Amino acid sequence: MSINATLIGQMITFALLVWFTMKYIWPPLFDSLEERKKKIADGLAAAEKGQEQMHLAEKKATGVLKQAREQSSEIVNLAQKRATEIVEASKDTAKKEGDRLILVAKAQIEQEKQQAKEGLRKEVAALALRAAEQILSAEIDKTKHQDILSKISNQLG
Amino acid sequence: MATEVHAAEGATGYIIHHLTPLTVGEGFWALNLDTLFFSAVLGGLFVWFFKMAADKATAGVPGLVQNFAEMLIEFVDNQVKDSFHGKNELIAPLALTIFCWVFLWNFMDLFPVDILPLVGSLMGIEYLRVVPSTDLNATFAMSISVFCLIIFYSIKIKGPWGFAKELMFQPFGPWLLPFNLLLKLVEEIAKPISLALRLFGNLYAGELIFILIALLPWYIQPVLSFPWAIFHILIITLQAFIFMVLTIVYLGMAHEDH
Repeated sequence: MSINATLIGQMITFALLVWFTMKYIWPPLFDSLEERKKKIADGLAAAEKGQEQMHLAEKKATGVLKQAREQSSEIVNLAQKRATEIVEASKDTAKKEGDRLILVAKAQIEQEKQQAKEGLRKEVAALALRAAEQILSAEIDKTKHQDILSKISNQLG
Repeated sequence: MATEVHAAEGATGYIIHHLTPLTVGEGFWALNLDTLFFSAVLGGLFVWFFKMAADKATAGVPGLVQNFAEMLIEFVDNQVKDSFHGKNELIAPLALTIFCWVFLWNFMDLFPVDILPLVGSLMGIEYLRVVPSTDLNATFAMSISVFCLIIFYSIKIKGPWGFAKELMFQPFGPWLLPFNLLLKLVEEIAKPISLALRLFGNLYAGELIFILIALLPWYIQPVLSFPWAIFHILIITLQAFIFMVLTIVYLGMAHEDH
């Protein structure tokens, strides 16, 4: 129970331990702690920044999307309008073409009618002439009544 | 087992045997070998463990050892930050050393009281007291070292004259100089004495109770020693913590200039 030289020995040991701790143990451990603290703080800050940027990007994306939607609906509207226009225009042209075709056909029919009339007339003339010839062959000399014949033929032709 | 060996000497003999240190030499120059040996081994254990952690310390994901060491470091650092406001590279490592070393000393208390002395007796060592904090030499060695640091920093920070002024003129002004001086001296000297005696007294008494429990019949022993050991886990940590915190506070006071 008495105090003796153990005291001195213990003090020396204590001093050595404190010195060792101070020199080799505390600094590296403490530094690593501080460094980690900094790392974590940096990481948190970066995360926050990232989140902010994400929000910004989201906002931007919404804007772009909205614009695109507007643009597309505009385009669709325009296309619809154009389509109606085209349909109207083609209807118009079709009607015109039809009218024209009808006119052409009418003209052709008229022409053919004329031709047929002409042919019939010629045939009738020829028939009449032959009939007249046969009637007259007995009485009329072809050479004697040449000018009368040609006059009739001309009138018929 | 030891009870049988010392049956002739009775209970008192058993207790005295357990609390007698292994000593060489005579008078003041005697050395308590068990105290020196165990405290050195425990100090080595502390240093080895923390050096291992310090060598592998990274700022990345810490391993198990580093995690534990960092937990202690952070705990001590918080204590230092709470009660010490100066700038001093020594205080925190000092506090860590005190806490861990005293804790390990006290921890020896939780070994069954007869085991290590039995091993010692098999090796031919008659007396063995395994808890260094039940040796006044150990506790006083630490508190006197702290006391020297208090005096050293008081003089370093306040200057010799400033420190002397504080001793003479506070707290009652220059007209009560002798009274002030007496009060201050008692206050200063009470610091190491209270530090050392508090730790010693707690652990000595605790160890004594363990020994007393060991004297009871074996079927009663667990009923008493188990709760006492559980309670002691608190005591040993608390005592180590108190020693550390008071050291920090005292050194903080030495750093404060009035």
